[in-house]
Amino acid sequence: MSARVDVRKTYKLYIGGKFPRSESGRSYEVYAAPTGAAARRGSSSRPPTFLANAAQGSRKDARDAVVAARKAQPGWAAATAYNRGQVLYRVAEVMESRRAQLVQDVRNSEGVGAAQAEATVSAAIDRWVWYAGWSDKFTQVLGGLNPVAGPFFDISAPEATGVVAVLAPQASSLLGLVSVVAPVIVSGNTAVVLTSEERPLPAITLAECLATSDVPGGVVNIITGRTAEVTPWLASHRDVNAIDLTGAAGADGVDWGGLELAAADNLKRVRRPGGTGTEAVEPDFTATPDLSRLTAFLETKTVWHPKGR
Amino acid sequence: MSPFEYAPAPESRAVVDIASSYGLFIGGEFVEATGGTPFKTVNPATEEVLAEVSEATDDDVDTAVRAARTAYTRVWSRMSGADRGKYLFRIARILQERAREFAVLETLDNGKPIKEARDVDLPLAAAHFFYHAGWADKLDHASLGPDPRPLGVVGQVIPWNFPLLMLSWKIAPALACGNTVVLKPAETTPLTALLFADVCRQADLPPGVVNIVTGAGATGQAIVDHPGIDKLAFTGSTAVGKMIARSIAGTRKKATLELGGKAANIIFDDAPIDQAVEGIVNGIFFNQGHVCCAGSRILVQENIAEELDHRLKRRLATLRVGDPMDKNTDVGAINSRKQLERIEEMVAVGEAEGAERWDSGCDLPTNGFWFRPTVFSGVSQTHRIAQEEIFGPVVSVLTFRTPAEAVAKANNTPYGLSAGIWTEKGSRILWMADQLRAGVVWANTFNKFDPSSPFGGYKESGYGREGGRHGLEAYVTTGGRG
Amino acid sequence: MAPSERARDLLGVSRLTNSALSSWLHGLPGVDQVGCEERAASLATRSIKTTSKAWAIDTAISMIDLTTLEGADTPGRVRGLATKALVPDPSDPSTPRPAAICVYGDMVAVAKETLGSADIKVAAVATAFPSGRASLPVKLADTKDAVAAGADEIDMVIDRGAFLAGDYLTVFRQIADVKAVCGDARLKVILETGELVTYDNVRRASWLSMLAGGDFIKTSTGKVSPAATLPVTLVMLEAVRDWRDTTGDMVGVKPAGGIRTSKDAIRFLVTVNEVAGEEWLDNHWFRFGASSLLNDLLLQRQRLRTGAYSGADYIADDSPSLY
Repeated sequence: MSARVDVRKTYKLYIGGKFPRSESGRSYEVYAAPTGAAARRGSSSRPPTFLANAAQGSRKDARDAVVAARKAQPGWAAATAYNRGQVLYRVAEVMESRRAQLVQDVRNSEGVGAAQAEATVSAAIDRWVWYAGWSDKFTQVLGGLNPVAGPFFDISAPEATGVVAVLAPQASSLLGLVSVVAPVIVSGNTAVVLTSEERPLPAITLAECLATSDVPGGVVNIITGRTAEVTPWLASHRDVNAIDLTGAAGADGVDWGGLELAAADNLKRVRRPGGTGTEAVEPDFTATPDLSRLTAFLETKTVWHPKGR
Repeated sequence: MSPFEYAPAPESRAVVDIASSYGLFIGGEFVEATGGTPFKTVNPATEEVLAEVSEATDDDVDTAVRAARTAYTRVWSRMSGADRGKYLFRIARILQERAREFAVLETLDNGKPIKEARDVDLPLAAAHFFYHAGWADKLDHASLGPDPRPLGVVGQVIPWNFPLLMLSWKIAPALACGNTVVLKPAETTPLTALLFADVCRQADLPPGVVNIVTGAGATGQAIVDHPGIDKLAFTGSTAVGKMIARSIAGTRKKATLELGGKAANIIFDDAPIDQAVEGIVNGIFFNQGHVCCAGSRILVQENIAEELDHRLKRRLATLRVGDPMDKNTDVGAINSRKQLERIEEMVAVGEAEGAERWDSGCDLPTNGFWFRPTVFSGVSQTHRIAQEEIFGPVVSVLTFRTPAEAVAKANNTPYGLSAGIWTEKGSRILWMADQLRAGVVWANTFNKFDPSSPFGGYKESGYGREGGRHGLEAYVTTGGRG
Repeated sequence: MAPSERARDLLGVSRLTNSALSSWLHGLPGVDQVGCEERAASLATRSIKTTSKAWAIDTAISMIDLTTLEGADTPGRVRGLATKALVPDPSDPSTPRPAAICVYGDMVAVAKETLGSADIKVAAVATAFPSGRASLPVKLADTKDAVAAGADEIDMVIDRGAFLAGDYLTVFRQIADVKAVCGDARLKVILETGELVTYDNVRRASWLSMLAGGDFIKTSTGKVSPAATLPVTLVMLEAVRDWRDTTGDMVGVKPAGGIRTSKDAIRFLVTVNEVAGEEWLDNHWFRFGASSLLNDLLLQRQRLRTGAYSGADYIADDSPSLY
């Protein structure tokens, strides 16, 4: 009996809740990361294993994604915090149900063994749940009544910055991805995410989780492709309010300083990559996060009103 | 002539002693600049030269940053928060005690009415130090994250509209959090910052904790570019804010930018109308309109536009424009010839665009820089005067029909610093406040400030907050991870 | 035009009902307390010097309704007050005289007799002053009595109970009826703002009183605290200003009670000047209901004249009350 010829998957972009191919019609080959001894040696005598053709997103795909994100943003921010929390929790449920595929994606993408991939997926799901729980808490934690010297009710509360471009980490293809996307959207921002260039498959599976949960289309938009090609268009886009440069670390041909320079044109809020000096280092995403990824994409609004009879 | 024409009530300038020339305040003492071209600061109400001020060169800025670094590593970052706080309390008290002197000097150098310097700038400046003094030993409890630590040396560049007050907004939180400071006041209003050096001396503040260097754009750029600077705090124009953001791109310098605005002051037909008129006046004619959060666009519900126009113009006719040292002056001098020219240019643009110009027709002094309170009606969103910051006593009146339209027009700007809402309907206020993309929303009031209340913008009005617990975030680093 | 006819006209109704009055009064713009008090405080920071101060002091003296409203008032006390009005400062004959003396109705004749033909009005409080808690016939009889005794001005109180109960029509009718029996006497309508409490109420009561035909609106009886505060007076000045915009007619304003110093008085004049306008800077349109205020104004007047601070011993008075 001959082996069954399997049905291979076509990997597409995720924009506005749909899965389009790149408008450019381009795709690029994605290979499995070397494993075990090969990975330790840093080289392999065997040729790399072909995994898939991923859509190679273009500046126009990025533009379309920003349009979708902008369109979705007011509604997402206006949803009740409880609702956003539930929607995000639902994503974790769906991730759990697709755990097997996520594990396989992580193994393929990161070249880790089964046990570590399992641990990574668990951490990613738990991370997502952690951030989901913040939806109706960060406002109280970060906001409050200001005791001004006068007959005024004066209150400050954080709210979403708007549309955030996110350079997902290059190495940590699932846990890192979740760790940068969840804090952006939980507060009501919408995101245009550029995935790890060489390890895009977990992001595509995450997109499928998002699409089959209750996240409104356009809240998260995911673009696979060449980081150096697409990021300048996001950094200079005047309808993008903020940019997370975390994924500049280890990205081929990406100068994060140049991206920050372009971002200054409309005074985007910039989350710089980890590291010191000009060097960009990908953080250790297994560590417990603090609130800084949430607060980086929040604006504090202060409202005054007189107190009188 | 009115039977009740108030006789002049001038404040005495004898309380201030202005030197003929000033050096730079570095490492706890005044030093000569190492070159640079000294410049004159004038009284904008009379064009009288008040003093000659040094221009700090790149070398001077370097010396100041080194002095600040030494003070940071050897003294200030090692001192307990409680002791830092006590220095700030001292400064607050000295500012209160010398309030009259500072107010008079501010008015002479800036052109703002003595009434405002006395009743707004000085009390708030002292309050900022008093407020932040109390934070110095409580940072662990400020929800800033684990283990809040100072950043190091902070470069601060401040504008000419509220010289001493902006200095306080900058220096008080920086010092409270354990940083040291190199501050540059605006070139047209350096004198109160230089007098503040004397406050530091009276308070026995350790040398180098506060350094004040004077100069114009080049000096500011030298601070921005200096590799020894860990953080920048800037208040000023959006154009310069963007330059700073570009200058520090790719570095690890942090920045807070408090920039321009084009605030909508939205008047509904059920507004408390007399207070709304006062709010408009306070919103745009306070400090000659030299206020980044000024309510420079009035959005009035169309069904009361005519009535509001009548009430507003009647009120503006009572504004007293003239000698800033007169305690009865409501609107003082424009800060500089350059700014006056900018205002005149924008007003000409407004007329050319077809908006209807009205001014109060009041007499103006012959010397100095002056501009009458001016109202443009029939303004549309597409007019430049509705889009660009004028930074003067000029207000544009636009109309709207529904709350949604008011929100759309208010938000239709790259700026997002402040907004005003006037309506007696509580639920509408809260809905509007939610919708407006602005860092400060004043409902049934305007231009209120307090050290405990965070201030700062959305979008191109900048980032970071000043004041309150939130303002501390810009001056500490925490164990930030992942 | 009779008040009720004009009221129907202004309200655009064929019959004046309480509900029509309610809708109209509640349709007036609200007053934000904090903003209103801020505005008053900012007007109070005006610094009035030299010639302006001299003018303001003399104008303030000329606007005083020199008042005694005590159960213990006697003919002798009222004669003393009237004499004081005739010669406020024996040391300086150029001192202006107050506008009026203000007494209970039964003292009108005594006051008239003392004042003779001098151009000083006699005002009588009426309508069951200060509480106003009496039937309409009693209030009308009280008023007629004072008018018959020669009162030039009647200071009536509104029925605050009716006002606070929302019975605006009763308040309106009482004012209109009292006005009808005033003859040539000008009618001042006391709102007793200390009992109305909110500025919204003060604004509504002001408009209601003007609508009903009051010639003046007056803050207080002097028997309830707070009495004439600057922000309350500001709201009332806004009302008369806007009333003139609406009807073309001027109505006077009288803060009464609690104004004791020249500094206070000048703040009120500044507010009149900047809010209602200079037409109101005349004792036909603005009055102070006060007693000790006159002596403080005289002290300041002496200070301006002599250059030295003066004292109570230099202020002639039957019952010196300076502080």
